[in-house]
Amino acid sequence: MAAQSNLSREKIRAAWIFLAPMILVLLAVAGWPLLRTIWLGFTDAKLSVSADTWNWVGFENYLFWLDYGEGDGEWIGLLVDPAWWSSVGNTVLFTIISVSIETVLGVIVALVLNAQFAGRGFVRAAILVPWAIPTIVSAKMWAWMMHDQFGILNDIFLRLSLISAPVAWTASPDTAMAAVIIVDVWKTTPFMALLILAGLQMLPGDIYEAAKIDGINPVKVFFKVTLPLIRPAIMVAIIFRALDSLRIFDLIYVLTPNNDQTKTMSVFARENLFDFDNFAYGSAASTALFIIIAIITIVYIKVGRLDLGGDKT
Amino acid sequence: MSRSQQRILTQLGLWFLIVIISVYALFPFYYAIITSFKFGSEIFTVNYFPQNFSLGNYVSVLGGGNFPRNLLNSVIVSTATVAISLFLAITASYALARVRFRGRSLLLFTILSVSMFPQIAVLAGLFEMIRSMGLYNSLLSLILSYMIFTLPFTVWVLTTFMRDLPIELEEAAIVDGAKPHQIIFKVFMPLMWPALVTTGLLAFIAAWNEFLFALTFVSNDEQRTVPVAIALLSGASEFEVPWGAIMAASVIVTVPLVILVLIFQRRIVAGLTAGAVKG
Repeated sequence: MAAQSNLSREKIRAAWIFLAPMILVLLAVAGWPLLRTIWLGFTDAKLSVSADTWNWVGFENYLFWLDYGEGDGEWIGLLVDPAWWSSVGNTVLFTIISVSIETVLGVIVALVLNAQFAGRGFVRAAILVPWAIPTIVSAKMWAWMMHDQFGILNDIFLRLSLISAPVAWTASPDTAMAAVIIVDVWKTTPFMALLILAGLQMLPGDIYEAAKIDGINPVKVFFKVTLPLIRPAIMVAIIFRALDSLRIFDLIYVLTPNNDQTKTMSVFARENLFDFDNFAYGSAASTALFIIIAIITIVYIKVGRLDLGGDKT
Repeated sequence: MSRSQQRILTQLGLWFLIVIISVYALFPFYYAIITSFKFGSEIFTVNYFPQNFSLGNYVSVLGGGNFPRNLLNSVIVSTATVAISLFLAITASYALARVRFRGRSLLLFTILSVSMFPQIAVLAGLFEMIRSMGLYNSLLSLILSYMIFTLPFTVWVLTTFMRDLPIELEEAAIVDGAKPHQIIFKVFMPLMWPALVTTGLLAFIAAWNEFLFALTFVSNDEQRTVPVAIALLSGASEFEVPWGAIMAASVIVTVPLVILVLIFQRRIVAGLTAGAVKG
């Protein structure tokens, strides 16, 4: 048996040699930068001054009692920053609304694609188009369609008498969030639909045969049979989409720049990092975002009893 | 209502939905295309169907300025990202799928969590690192940083795929005295083309579309990739947005992707769902 264990020992050594380059690259581009960002959040780093002069300041970026003397003062820092909490609120609002709409539309599209009809391949390819289009391009395409003077969206809505005057979709504070959600729903529903479709296609056909023979109403079959069975697929699709929505940056940066109603956590963090010369504060915001997303993920996986690891290796 | 009436109604409803879904998915791209063929002031009238055909916007985008250079940059960055991440992932996924060692589950779980990292969480640290390595404003900074989202995904999908390959193949190779690297490249590689094409394609699209890193690590117009170039495309003045040119650039950037999607739609769908549903 000595040869056997030699062989497996050799195999394990080879395995680590194979894994080493990948692990090193991931440590360099993910592990180290993450730790470094967390650390920077505890300093007074600024890009405009040399790194030698950066100092450790503890939790000052997060919460700090600014003493005016004589018992007077105020709390400052990320945890009491209204701009930060507004960006958290915007992000959460955006995520809840857009992911809910995408889930409902995704289920509908998946049900349609699961039906047998001529040209199914065409429709499946068609819904992949929004998914493949770069986010920046879709933001620009929709920004043009939503143009206040020459946009086709206003034209359509005016013709249908849905609005009485042209709307400045992306610029107006009242509609900016709606504009972002409209584009996000268009762009990401296909992904949702395809994941749910994969779940639908794994269902055994004989349940439906049985339901058909028993003459049960298709709507009832959907809610009583189909929906519970594809629930795992939907839950996985929702977590993937929610994680994406919580870190949304590009669409908002391009579609509704400088709009307080749509400023998300990522936009807030990057603004502080590079535009406001507040590298440390931006790092603190990035860290907070990371923690929020991590908590939401863990809670969701626990509550939803998801098995993301698949077949447990 | 009789059975056949009901059936006709269901069919009508189905086709109604099919038409709505197709129009909804395709209309914005269609509208970008017809806008891109309008030149000058024609752009300011709303048309639902193509009216004129002018290549003016394409000439102005491809003729002068940095856009052709930006396109080349995107091709270089995306191709290099795919090549490197596939190479690193093939060997790594063999180890993860075929060798039992301590810490394997933990490693797989860590790789999966890296793929869920918000990019912004590493932005400050990466920026500092790239600047100190002298990679700021270089394409290499993008190729390196894109590993954070292409590598975990590629490793994950290839590991699932390799796990399903028959063990007999490997045993036969071992009996013949094959070393692990020979097993990977001589025995498994030929069987893995479908998975490599799928993951390569998805990694290519992700790298081609990336914006945040490209915006942050490159500030030089000549080194930019196309998404940033399109986002920053501006006219003579701040108030004069060159919509025609933007639409032409958008179409140029998107057409290769749409063609890839049409050719490989089955593979793409398989890859997307393998990354999620199968785990």
